Amino acid sequence: MSLTLTAMSDSAVIRGQPKMPRPNWGPYISVITNRTTNLVIRGAMLFSVGVFLALVLNLLQVQRNVTLFPPDVISSIFSSAWWVPPCCGTASALIGLLYPCIDSRLGEPHKFKREWSSVMRCVAVFVGINHASAKVDFANNVQLSLTLAALSVGLWWTFDRSRSGFGLGVSIALLATLATQLLVYNGVFQYTSPDFLYIRSWLPCIFFAGVITMGNIGRQLALYEGKFCQEKTHQD
Amino acid sequence: MTLRQQLRDKISAAFYRHGLLCASYPVPIILFTSASILTCCYPLLRLPLPGTGPVEYTTGVRDYSVPSHEPQGDLGERPDWYRGPPVAYIQQVVVKAAVSPWDSSLVPVDVFRSPLGRAFSLLEEIRNHVHSDGLETLCLQVTDLFPGLRRMQSVLPEHGCLLVSPGNYWQNQRELFDLDPDLLKTIQKHEPKGLHTSATLRDLLFGVPGKYTGVSHYNRKRVVTYTITVVLSTYDASFLGGLRARLKQLHPSANCSLRDDHMVHVHFKEEIGIAELVPLVTTYFILFAYIYFSTRKIDMVKSKWGLALAAVVTVLSSLLMSVGLCTLFGLTPTLNGGEIFPYLVVVIGLENVLVLTKSVVSTPVDLEVKLRIAQGLSNESWSIMKNMATELCIILIGYFTLVPAIQEFCLFAVVGLVSDFFLQMFFFTTVLSIDIRRMELADLNRRLPAEAGLPPTKPGPLRPREVPPPPRPSPHTITLQTPRGPVGTVIWIGILVYTDPAGIRAYLAAQVSEQSPLGDPGGGGLPPHLGVAPVFRGGDPTSTLTIKPPDPTPSPENQSQGHHRASARTGPLAQAPPPAVPQITWGAEDEEGWRRLSFRHWPSLFSYYNITLAKRYISILPVIPVTVHLSPQEAIETRHPQDTRHPPPSIPKVSADLQTDLTLYKVAALGLAAGVLLVLLLFCLYRVLCPRNYGQNGVIHGRRRRGDLPCDDYGYSPPVSEISPLLLRGHSMDIECLASDGMLLASCCLAGQIRVWDTQTGDCLTVIPNEGLRRSSSGGCWEPREGWDGVGGALEPECFGPSLGCDGPSEEEVYPLRRRAAPAWPTLFGDQPDLTPLIDTNFASQPPSHLCTPPRHGFDFGGLVERAYMEHERPSPSAYPSPSSASSSPPTGASLQRRPSTGDVAVFSTQERASAAGTQAGADGESSVWAMELRGNLIAAGRSSGKLELWDAVEGSLRCINEDGGSGITALAFLNNRIVAARLNGSLDFFTVEINKPPGLLQYRGAPGRGSMPPSPCYSSEDVISCQLTRSVQCAHQKPITVLRAAAGRVVTGSQDHTVRVYRLEDSCCLFTLQGHSGGITAIYIDQTMVLASGGQDGAICLWDVLTGSRVSHVYGHRGDVTSLVCTTSCVISSGLDDLICIWDRSTGIKLYSIQQVQCTAANLLFPTHTCFFGCVSFWDLNFGDLLQTVYLGQSSDGQGVRQLLVLDNAAIICDFGSELSLVYVPSVLEKLD
Repeated sequence: MSLTLTAMSDSAVIRGQPKMPRPNWGPYISVITNRTTNLVIRGAMLFSVGVFLALVLNLLQVQRNVTLFPPDVISSIFSSAWWVPPCCGTASALIGLLYPCIDSRLGEPHKFKREWSSVMRCVAVFVGINHASAKVDFANNVQLSLTLAALSVGLWWTFDRSRSGFGLGVSIALLATLATQLLVYNGVFQYTSPDFLYIRSWLPCIFFAGVITMGNIGRQLALYEGKFCQEKTHQD
Repeated sequence: MTLRQQLRDKISAAFYRHGLLCASYPVPIILFTSASILTCCYPLLRLPLPGTGPVEYTTGVRDYSVPSHEPQGDLGERPDWYRGPPVAYIQQVVVKAAVSPWDSSLVPVDVFRSPLGRAFSLLEEIRNHVHSDGLETLCLQVTDLFPGLRRMQSVLPEHGCLLVSPGNYWQNQRELFDLDPDLLKTIQKHEPKGLHTSATLRDLLFGVPGKYTGVSHYNRKRVVTYTITVVLSTYDASFLGGLRARLKQLHPSANCSLRDDHMVHVHFKEEIGIAELVPLVTTYFILFAYIYFSTRKIDMVKSKWGLALAAVVTVLSSLLMSVGLCTLFGLTPTLNGGEIFPYLVVVIGLENVLVLTKSVVSTPVDLEVKLRIAQGLSNESWSIMKNMATELCIILIGYFTLVPAIQEFCLFAVVGLVSDFFLQMFFFTTVLSIDIRRMELADLNRRLPAEAGLPPTKPGPLRPREVPPPPRPSPHTITLQTPRGPVGTVIWIGILVYTDPAGIRAYLAAQVSEQSPLGDPGGGGLPPHLGVAPVFRGGDPTSTLTIKPPDPTPSPENQSQGHHRASARTGPLAQAPPPAVPQITWGAEDEEGWRRLSFRHWPSLFSYYNITLAKRYISILPVIPVTVHLSPQEAIETRHPQDTRHPPPSIPKVSADLQTDLTLYKVAALGLAAGVLLVLLLFCLYRVLCPRNYGQNGVIHGRRRRGDLPCDDYGYSPPVSEISPLLLRGHSMDIECLASDGMLLASCCLAGQIRVWDTQTGDCLTVIPNEGLRRSSSGGCWEPREGWDGVGGALEPECFGPSLGCDGPSEEEVYPLRRRAAPAWPTLFGDQPDLTPLIDTNFASQPPSHLCTPPRHGFDFGGLVERAYMEHERPSPSAYPSPSSASSSPPTGASLQRRPSTGDVAVFSTQERASAAGTQAGADGESSVWAMELRGNLIAAGRSSGKLELWDAVEGSLRCINEDGGSGITALAFLNNRIVAARLNGSLDFFTVEINKPPGLLQYRGAPGRGSMPPSPCYSSEDVISCQLTRSVQCAHQKPITVLRAAAGRVVTGSQDHTVRVYRLEDSCCLFTLQGHSGGITAIYIDQTMVLASGGQDGAICLWDVLTGSRVSHVYGHRGDVTSLVCTTSCVISSGLDDLICIWDRSTGIKLYSIQQVQCTAANLLFPTHTCFFGCVSFWDLNFGDLLQTVYLGQSSDGQGVRQLLVLDNAAIICDFGSELSLVYVPSVLEKLD
């Protein structure tokens, strides 16, 4: 929750930014409104992607009885708590919007492998990492965590390779881990065999990989908006 | 050359050759690849389909009790599905029967006819076995066949006990069996056609896999195996024990040591649930999205979908190959194949395929297909190899995680990567070549009508393009038609054999058995040669009998003796190839013979009765072995009259048990070998029949050596043109500057000599020698001077050109003037759109002179003009003195006339130098010409000393000199009557050329319609010309100005300080400073329509709006400097140091295509593009990217590349070619453009 809140405040700041510098420019109002609608559309797409991935990946975990939800909560058809997918969706929307913003703020546009096929590859690898965490039998938890960490860093190196992406990924993963710890501590749900305080030790790796993936998608979507705006101004 | 470079070259060369190979023989290679794919996938037939493999659990028989339904506390090893009674108990009675001893009078049908006949008596035995209850109470009662299985109605029991045996083929009636003339045909009748993976009826009834039954004509082992399968619903130990004992007693198996204390429970998995399905579907969805987005990028090919399909096929079959290969080497996948499959695809990826396509597509279109393929492959070879090595490394790292699942995944991925590479190289490349060939054919067809519409009466040498390049159609037809020989057939048979092992094998078996190699005695409607067949049949056993150790011939009557013999004999006869007494052995494989069956065997059997085994289990009881020995007598008695018509197989080769397996492999291996041989043969034939080597032999791959004639990197010789360049000789040193205005051409060499040429005829009109040099060396041998060496230094004594400060005596400064002068051109790039507007010829109103120059220039013009007129009245009655200079030798009439004036200058300058020596020590030295421009007949030359000179191009006389700036002039622009000079220190000087012209002497030069340029007025020698510095912009740039262009009233400068500045020509006001490059500016293009493009050292190309100063688009086009830029109405053409010529769409900034060139030392681009590389000039068609023509500039000039290129409007191209100039006319291109 804290993650959501902080990210929410972040996004409020970020959303405010594009409008602020040019309050008086008449002809650009259309562009700005376009930009807002674009932002909303992007956010919605990212949200749906996040919800979808959360559902799917939860299924993987539930199959292996990694995550246990209280029996009364299991009322939905997807056998997980109702609040998990929206949370993941919101978080992914925020992350996906945050990444291009950070890029533009830092002034170093991300140019590495900007293609949809690469994004799809990234998503597939992310699902694969989840799959491995849920289904592959490892000797012990340390091995599992180390392998997943290596895989996550490999994901970043293969598809991102930007310092900002790495920093953001690490920080958000830490925040999310903290949030999960708090959630489990308060008894909202629990893990079957926690080995890192209250959670599984591979959770940060999964979070990191997820942040990288959502950032990748967000950047790709932002690229579309950038193109659109460029064309628009060109036409004007 | 480093090791890396060597490796790179080698890889590139190998890929090049491979590309040639693939594109040359597409069909054989595709067939070969398909064959290898199928070969590698063959082991997959034995694999269970992913996700539905059964699970086994073994318990003992003795203490067996039906498990309870309740989950017990102590589960132990017991799986959780082992609860409750099974669906059924399977009791198999395995019968091994043989006719023993084998008699030479027996025919092959006897091998299985009488043993199969024994099944009926055994069936009776089983049915009638009564212990406590009859079979009817214990067995699984089936009621009805599944509707829709009418086909099976006759053979499968429809009611009563589910009891399956080969007797079902004959409705369990001995009479029908005895009356059946052809047993094999009856069995074969029910086999499904085509490929089948689940259990066939034959497997169901025989209970053992088809090839183990021994029911065939060439069963060398002569042992027939089949099972009688009894399906029981309840387990009765006493009944089963009694049955076992009874059968063993009736048919004892002597050497049988089968264990009978274990029963196996087989659990069949349920259908995949939604919880597992959703992630699976998701991963597949992502996979398809990935494939879609990847293949969407395939562009500029004939059939996009075809190539996309080929790419997908490449990846998928590489995966199948990897799984198949791993299975072949004994690595049974434990991973769920369906789950890891998408990840494998993603790991292997489609990137290489796309890169290959892109690379091939971006090769020059006019090359031959195979060369394009080879070139494209070769270009990307290094990156492909590098990527593959990286991926392999990553996977290796994954292998050392020591997690079994990940290791297995990595293993599959490695094999998949390798096989994917193989398929890319062979399959996809070939498909690509076919596609590109198709595209070229389509192009050819599209263009043919257009060319056919032209009048065919143009046989002239100027249309080399019209003749289609001969190599194009021929390889197509050749490669498509040659392999339609036996190769295809053989390979096709090989494929068939591998695709359908059961069906084809049976078919082949039938064929072989019916058509013996010695003239088919049985088939073809001929009467059977009964006399011949027994001879051979008898011959076979005797020939083999000689090999084996002799043993007493058993008497056919004595069944018990044969029986004993068979049971007694163990070792010594095992090695005898075809035993006279067939050996019946019981091995461990018979213990659980059902394992060799398809895992779908039981589910399909039960599914026929609408019983599902999903999520349930069956218990398989230990088999009951039954050994039956039949006497030959019995075999002969049961023989059907038609059985003897079948001759024996006459392939007495190796041991019989290997025979059936080996035949298949032999056929395939022979097919493959024959295919390979034939491919080689065809290759040789191709080489012999087509002696034209399309670049395969001539030039070994690699960079073309300097001085070689062919232009292309890959030995491709474009159509040799009939155009021979016109050589302009005369300069003794390398030419540094070139300038032209369409009619005249001025060139300046390192020695300082300026020559003026007529571009129409190539005549040298004027020679302006370097005065200082000539004076110092007194006309002897000219000392070469490197003008570029010193920027500020090396200022040698400059003999002419008095400094402006000392030009007080205006008499000497009055030079005869006949024409207008021209702006200079930058030394590197000769791109000059001729945009000369009409010059205001109203010189009567003299503009006021400017600040720094003394107004004396403007005064006294009347007198000066009078004098000049008097002086030059004689030589210049006509404006255009082209006939006066016929040869290229320097001493022409014009130069002779010039002497006095230059002499004057020389004298004058020496005087002036003496007076100005104290003040201008440095600027006085001899300097070289750094920039030159030509307009009308005025040559503007900017020198390294900073002096600007105006020369009369025709007379060779110095008309005006200006020494306002101290820094060297790096670039000049001459537009209207203004000259803009860019200096080394970054300042920009605007000069005004003022002409005081006597009225009535305005003359026009040349015919107006000859060129596209407007007729430019000429200055006559009577005109008085002065050049005044109107404005000097100090520090226009922080660093030296590299490019200067002027058009449309704007002056654009580009500098090494990364900026472009736009000035207005009239008032020299700086309008914009354009920032956006991250490197020095190397190329600028501006034309009359205010299009401004700039290219920099960073490889970026920017398009600017000159009116607003905003950047329209910005693309990174080159890896290295942009050397030249040209805009047309629709596109932007750029060339860079990376040897690429790129054509961009002007509005969107998307690269349309690029042309790879080698050693493009200088390029000047116009429409259609001309470019030049080492020693030749190539013409490209802009629309299609075709190489139209290549003109060689002479082979004598070894090592001298084209350094500068200047394009004139009358389609002449001037090339600076060392110390020579070449004049190339391009009429054919113009014709095409019309």
